[in-house]
Amino acid sequence: MSFVTRGFRGRRRETDESGRVPPGQYRTDDFPVLSAGPTPHTPLAEWSFTIASESGEELARWSWEELRALPSETVTVDIHCVTKWSKLDTTWEGASVDTLLAGIETDAAYVTAWSDGGYTTNLPLEDVTDGKAWVAFGYDGEPLDPEHGGPARLLVPHLYFWKSAKWVRGLRLMDDDDPGFWESLGYHLYGDPWREQRYWGD
Amino acid sequence: MESADLKLDGNALGGLLGEIFVSEMTVARSTCAACGAVREVGALAVYAQAPGTVVRCPGCDAVLLRIARGEGRIWLELRGVSCLELRTGS
Ligand SMILES: [Zn+2]
Repeated sequence: MSFVTRGFRGRRRETDESGRVPPGQYRTDDFPVLSAGPTPHTPLAEWSFTIASESGEELARWSWEELRALPSETVTVDIHCVTKWSKLDTTWEGASVDTLLAGIETDAAYVTAWSDGGYTTNLPLEDVTDGKAWVAFGYDGEPLDPEHGGPARLLVPHLYFWKSAKWVRGLRLMDDDDPGFWESLGYHLYGDPWREQRYWGD
Repeated sequence: MESADLKLDGNALGGLLGEIFVSEMTVARSTCAACGAVREVGALAVYAQAPGTVVRCPGCDAVLLRIARGEGRIWLELRGVSCLELRTGS
């Protein structure tokens, strides 16, 4: 990371004038599709979202219809991919993770999100609560496209976007921080874009 | 864009694996730990549009190997490969 004076920042085109693009990122207006495998196409009739204990016990579960019947929120946020693109002012619709965890008693300090296709990612519980994370099923006023993670993906915009698991199907409450799909292959356990936490040791 | 558009064949791995192995890797043969299929690396399914490169079995979609690189380091995970046959040239 480098410090850039305000006077210099004004002349650097790759450093967005808004101050909303983290170090090492460039701004794009596209929405690149990243994928580590084939796009799952789980029928909505078979889809569900589960909160599970560390041992795998089901603590809460919603069908697609039930999830859509929960209070939903529309949020406009900036997203930052570890492959170095950032996209500002993206608008999503989803259920807050706070809503999903309401009424669940837990001492867990972490969660592991899991997805159709086997993807996982780990996050501190405090990073998905207090209005910081959603299970998003709408993007830009439309249903979320499968290539962007539909029918539903996790949305945790303050961390690198690999934490916003596409095709998410549940959250497992964990005592320990268990490295997920990318976190077990060199990528940072936490992934704060403003501290450029891309890789192990960053 | 359909996900099929993002899938490459294993010949796309030549350069990346060439940094790690001394053998020509596209003609190496890997055994899928999940389904047992034996295939040349060049015939595997490669997803490179991601934070790392993910190589899957074209038969059962299981992850065979994963490669990430950054800041002068390469991470290689081979858990899904039960055997790798390399050519020695002699
Ligand atoms: Zn297989």
